[in-house]
Amino acid sequence: MTSLTTRWGRPELYTSYRQDMALLNTRSKVLGTVAVLVVAAMMPMLVSDNMLIILGSGLVLAIGAIGLNLVTGYAGQVSLGHAFFVGIGAYAAAVLSGDPDGRYLGLGVDFMPFWLIGAGLVAAIFGALVAPLATRLRGLYLAVVTLGLVFIGQYFFFEWNEMSGGPQVGREAARPELFGIQFTVDNGFKGGWTEEQKLYWLFLGVLVVAAVLARNIARSRIGRAFSAIRDRDVAAGVMGVNLTRYKIVAFTISSFYAGICGALMFSASGHFTPESFSLLMSVQFIAIVLIGGVATISGTIMGAMLIALLPRLASELPAFVPFLSSSASEHPNIFEFEQIMYGVLIVAFLLFEPRGLFGIWHRIRTYWKSFPFSY
Amino acid sequence: MTQFVGAIAGGVGLGSIYALLALGFVIIYKAMGVISFAQPAFLLAGTVLVTYLSPEIGFVPAVVVGAIAIAAVALVVERIAIRPMVGKAVFVIAIITIGIDIIVRIVSGMFVGSDQRTVGDPWGLDAWEVGGVYIEHRDLAAFAVTTVLVLALFAFFRWTPIGLAMRASALDQEAAMAQGVSVGTVFAVSWGLAGALATVAGVFAASGRTVDQNHWHIALLALPVIILGGLDSLGGAVLGGLIIGVTQQIVTSYHRDWFPGLDTNIGSITPYLVMLVVLLVRPYGLFGTREVERV
Repeated sequence: MTSLTTRWGRPELYTSYRQDMALLNTRSKVLGTVAVLVVAAMMPMLVSDNMLIILGSGLVLAIGAIGLNLVTGYAGQVSLGHAFFVGIGAYAAAVLSGDPDGRYLGLGVDFMPFWLIGAGLVAAIFGALVAPLATRLRGLYLAVVTLGLVFIGQYFFFEWNEMSGGPQVGREAARPELFGIQFTVDNGFKGGWTEEQKLYWLFLGVLVVAAVLARNIARSRIGRAFSAIRDRDVAAGVMGVNLTRYKIVAFTISSFYAGICGALMFSASGHFTPESFSLLMSVQFIAIVLIGGVATISGTIMGAMLIALLPRLASELPAFVPFLSSSASEHPNIFEFEQIMYGVLIVAFLLFEPRGLFGIWHRIRTYWKSFPFSY
Repeated sequence: MTQFVGAIAGGVGLGSIYALLALGFVIIYKAMGVISFAQPAFLLAGTVLVTYLSPEIGFVPAVVVGAIAIAAVALVVERIAIRPMVGKAVFVIAIITIGIDIIVRIVSGMFVGSDQRTVGDPWGLDAWEVGGVYIEHRDLAAFAVTTVLVLALFAFFRWTPIGLAMRASALDQEAAMAQGVSVGTVFAVSWGLAGALATVAGVFAASGRTVDQNHWHIALLALPVIILGGLDSLGGAVLGGLIIGVTQQIVTSYHRDWFPGLDTNIGSITPYLVMLVVLLVRPYGLFGTREVERV
């Protein structure tokens, strides 16, 4: 920490490689991260419970999107099959924690870390199984195969009724509970914390762990190997990066994150159907990664928050835009608008700001850094 | 036996639809090296447009006008959203087409409405019975139209100046530009052709049933076709389409006997399963050009 004090005023002077590659390599990053974390942790006291549900779902989406960013953004392997792995995670968690005497498959393990990690591991195993295919394929062939994965997966989710409850019926999701704290029980009326507040903190905690882990993966040997493969796989192979191994690693880690995301995704509603894991969900994750910024963790979190807020923004719109209806039977309605916005945001960001929200933030930062002088 | 022959007849009809869609994908891929995920949207838009046009001007003119209109839409989309991205990474352009797909698909889905819409085709579910086998008119029509269109396309690529330009720029874009080929025109024509083909395929896929908002799913089933045939092979697209169509129809037909334990017909995901098996054996499909890696 002594080096930090001596660098006051010269934030970009690094005297060692360690400093340069540090997690928080400037003082403003340290202060900024602390400030963001404090605000994020205070959120449940500041905003309404309805808003907390949305923010909480954004935090969970961010976990999954970080996983997709590791494989697509860092390692450059386009995956349209993320929804499949999220689904595997959701079902693994539900089965592990489910009631053994209930209507659907359940093993009855209530201990949360067990089913949370378990869901990640099961998804990771599936990721590792799919990965050998990925190592044989490049670019768009891979995108199409992973797209097929979504449909094949959905078929089996529909088909395996004892596990999934079947189409349009669904089953109960895993219920987070740790050391006697029941995250899904509302104590608001007794003066305690409400369900939404507790879940938000849980999601925030998991996301912080997941994000720091991902950031560390990205700046370590594995992350450098990923970037080398993305930038030019032949060159990476020549430099001694084991392509097959690192592609498998990328898919496995990415699926692990997807599994964790799936395990938590439905704790707020407590129930989910196999229809959720459709191509639309994969596209949603792709949109988050692109809107947030390819190969950035902080950008991914920003993107997830934006996408999570989109339905809320869309529901506010009919007040301002007279021709937009809030009823699903009339056209154009807010649900259609919401989906169109995914498309518009993807196209607009790729055309005008390929680095995503992170790029916008980067531009603002550089502008103020050299404030009166534009260069 | 009659079941088997019937499945093959239905499969050829389905395969013809896949072949048309796959041709659209391959034409765009050959022109710019990108899979256009916007094809499902053009299929839905074209089909919906035909459902509006055909009561007014009759079925055949409606399909022709619809195909031309969607080709025009595809041209505009290409000019606005794809052209500025030329030279960027292939993956980025592919993702842009996903964005376009969502926009066009939702907008055209709005016009489906709650009424039952049909394309107004003259054959519906009529069939000829030949020795106990029912051969549906729509399958024959799809096969006949596809044959004509495929021949016309091959002639177009073989004998017209723009077809030559397209072949040249597929071979080597820079060299083609140096020879005076307008690559921009090539991109535009490829998108227009793909949009028109998607419309025709969508109309045949919708004949004999009503059009709903999920009509676009069939276009995604053409993706395994191009993987099977090879991304850059026109002949592969046609043959792959027929193979996948017939396989899917046979599996659908024999599902009860082969997989008694599965309730939902596995035919719906057969193309993807075939694709996975093919890719394990031949990563570049049956007729695709193997990528040569040079350091």
